[in-house]
Amino acid sequence: MNDMSQAAPTADGRKIGGVLMEMKNITLRFGGVKAITDISFDIREGEIRAIIGPNGAGKSSMLNVISGFYTPQEGEVWFRGQRRQPMKPYEVARQGIARTFQNIALFDGMTVLDNIMTGRLTMMKSGLLAQALWWGRAEAEEVAHRAQVEKIIDFLEIQAIRKTPVGRLPYGLKKRVELARALAAEPKLLLLDEPMAGMNVEEKEDMSRFILDVNDEFGTTIALIEHDMGVVMDLSDRVVVMDYGKKIGDGTPAEVRANQDVIDAYLGVAHD
Amino acid sequence: MAIRTPDGEFPSIPALLRRNARDHGGLAAYREKEFGIWQSWTWTGAEAEIRAMAMGFLALGLARGDHVAVIGRNRPALYWSMVAAQMCGAVPVPLYQDATGDEMAYVLDHCGARFVVCGDQEQVDKVIEVQEGSGAHAIEQVVYLDKRGMRKYDHARLNALADVVAEGRAAHHRFEAELDARIAGLDPDSTCVMLYTSGTTGRPKGVVLSNRNIIETSRASSEFDHLKAGDDVLAYLPMAWVGDFIFSVGQAMWTGFCVNCPESDSTMMTDLREIGPTYFFAPPRIFETMLTSVMIRMEDAGPLKKRLFDHYMKLARRVGPAILDGKPVSGMDRLRYALGNLAVFGPLKNTLGLTRIRVAYTAGEAIGPEIFDFYRALGINLKQLYGQTEASVFITQQPDGEVRSDTVGVPSPGVEVKIGDSGEVFYRSPGTFVEYYKNPESTASTKDPEGWVATGDAGFFEEGTGHLRIIDRAKDVGKMADGRLFAPKYVENKLKFYPNILEAVVFGAGRRMCTAFLNIDLTAVGNWAERNNISYASYQELSQNPQVIAALKAHVEEVNRSVAEDPMLAGCQIHRFLVLHKELDADDGELTRTRKVRRKIIEQKFADLIEALYGGADKIYTETEVTYEDGRKGAIKATLTITDADTVPRTQRMAAE
Repeated sequence: MNDMSQAAPTADGRKIGGVLMEMKNITLRFGGVKAITDISFDIREGEIRAIIGPNGAGKSSMLNVISGFYTPQEGEVWFRGQRRQPMKPYEVARQGIARTFQNIALFDGMTVLDNIMTGRLTMMKSGLLAQALWWGRAEAEEVAHRAQVEKIIDFLEIQAIRKTPVGRLPYGLKKRVELARALAAEPKLLLLDEPMAGMNVEEKEDMSRFILDVNDEFGTTIALIEHDMGVVMDLSDRVVVMDYGKKIGDGTPAEVRANQDVIDAYLGVAHD
Repeated sequence: MAIRTPDGEFPSIPALLRRNARDHGGLAAYREKEFGIWQSWTWTGAEAEIRAMAMGFLALGLARGDHVAVIGRNRPALYWSMVAAQMCGAVPVPLYQDATGDEMAYVLDHCGARFVVCGDQEQVDKVIEVQEGSGAHAIEQVVYLDKRGMRKYDHARLNALADVVAEGRAAHHRFEAELDARIAGLDPDSTCVMLYTSGTTGRPKGVVLSNRNIIETSRASSEFDHLKAGDDVLAYLPMAWVGDFIFSVGQAMWTGFCVNCPESDSTMMTDLREIGPTYFFAPPRIFETMLTSVMIRMEDAGPLKKRLFDHYMKLARRVGPAILDGKPVSGMDRLRYALGNLAVFGPLKNTLGLTRIRVAYTAGEAIGPEIFDFYRALGINLKQLYGQTEASVFITQQPDGEVRSDTVGVPSPGVEVKIGDSGEVFYRSPGTFVEYYKNPESTASTKDPEGWVATGDAGFFEEGTGHLRIIDRAKDVGKMADGRLFAPKYVENKLKFYPNILEAVVFGAGRRMCTAFLNIDLTAVGNWAERNNISYASYQELSQNPQVIAALKAHVEEVNRSVAEDPMLAGCQIHRFLVLHKELDADDGELTRTRKVRRKIIEQKFADLIEALYGGADKIYTETEVTYEDGRKGAIKATLTITDADTVPRTQRMAAE
């Protein structure tokens, strides 16, 4: 776990690097309720890391700890070699973490393009007045950001809906737009909260392909929560399994699949 | 009529490219929307790119007479790769990008392509599948355009097109002389392109077209419609189709107009609006889709707008086509039409992207008279032409001012047309193909020693106007059990003019009565279901909805009445029909890639359903194998309702007369 320098090439030639983020003995409480109990795991650079578990296992809480939205009462979060202090959401974004939400959080009245542009807000340097007047640096800056956003639009194949208000889009496309907005921030670490929830098989296949492509083309590290076991096992390099706020398994999909605790948690176990 | 040879100065497409770069080098030659912006290349810029690409091909070892397969959606670089191949003395062979691995394997082996240029990863995967498959192939080099997802492939015999161009550019000292020599070696008789026909029956055949075929046809047809440098076309139809080759390569090179490529398949309508082409080609299906979307949106419009639209469309249908044809129209009507243009037609054309159209063509299938008249009423010069791959497209076309929905026009300039004894249409023209590649028997049976080519279509010249009318495929025209004439396509076209019906297949050859399979149009029927609060979970469920079937029954009966009016074809009335539970699909082999019905295959595949149509049952359970887009197979099961339709009896008709 502490071997940070080791780079393990995967079967298809992607490079998985050292540890990007490390969670050490995390415990999160809401009043008397323990959402997460003493969990430790790491996320390596360039990998796709899944967090799975039955309903109420504490997956979303874990994602919120990773994103810095929740500060755990106990334990340490290390990101890019530094121990993390409590911080504001925009500071998280500046650190290179972007996320999508389980229940889509886009601006319905704005076009797809404008929604994705908001993903680059933290990178815009010109002041409010300059942006309002759209003069000098503000203009040059917007053109540069737009060019970047267009690359993402091309990448996710959403050219046809560029100027469509998000409210008019079907669910599957909204999910894709949300992914686009997260990518616009050029994150080091991308957090996906149930990216396939509510999708049909075809949409799931599309989304899986895009997640793999993002990981492959941009080298983005991805941590995702997902219910669909088939998807998780196909996509992920390593999987953390949670149940009742505890970690019950951690390893490659094959290892996890063979883990008796995991089988019990998912299939239930006879109590006598 | 004497066959004219191309101007000695321009014996080939590369020679025309040189002329364009010299005479109007500063004009836009190609545009493509990428990353949200229209990128453009002048003729000078395009020539430089194409030459560099050709030298890159030389560096990879492309030899004279090699075949270069090109697979992908319409993009300037892929058009350039075809011209670059010609420069090297090789033969470009564009293929349908939605072809499955199997279909591709046959064609790649048949033409013996050593080089394959692919648009993207999807196509490369199919080519690799062919290379690794058990079948024979001659593929040595694969070149791809879009780099996405290609990083981890083995690049030993795989190159990015950009790298090929860069290499060619770097090595220009080495290859310039060789390239010029190869271009100089091209003459009017050397092969310009080889196109595979979609083949309603049997394996696709490679149609060899010479420089003379393409350049003569492009010259004549460009003059016919006064096409010129500065015109714009949108290139969005399959590159493997002869029409796209004539429009986007032949005519573009001859006249020097600009070829605009859409950003992606799904943005075609937006790109059409942004470009506003002056010359446009679309199969009837596209015009139909555009009209359907206009009508659906008008349903949602406010009452004032709706009334304005209805009022002026009524006027336009009455006087629009006459104004377009330059026929006499009263001053009052002209004024009212001008007002309508201001209020309705102008904005509508602008929304559709058809404001600047000077000439638009439709072909390939019969177009519904309502659809055709709608566009002509708006003042869009939509015309019909009749052609085929073997003729380098043009056989007949409609001159300005003589446009109707039920004919395909008069013989194109330089084309001779005659009707054989059996009613089959024959033609002879400068565009007539050289041969079917490696298939002398088919060549001999299609083209006689005097150069007459059998089209396989039955038709006749209309008395008085000299316009050609096509009835059906000659081999499909048959006899029913009692000897009456059976022309399925004639009835199918009438059925397909209803927006609710996407596809129809009529049976009846050698039978006592005609029956039909229908496919619903999901857009139109789905919209109707939504408006009428009819819920459905799948295509299959909607297709078997009793109200939907009742609506289709009404359409069928209306068609029966119209068919009964023609005494010759009165036997073709539909007695029984069923609505299919799946859309007929080229992936399942039921349609050709150009969406023509493959009767034999449908008859075999749905034999149980046909039996049921001729049996007495009113329900039939069936299981059908389907192929998904990724090649996997599955089965769908359904119980289909068989409906009897009213027909007009012969006796009653006679009594009425």
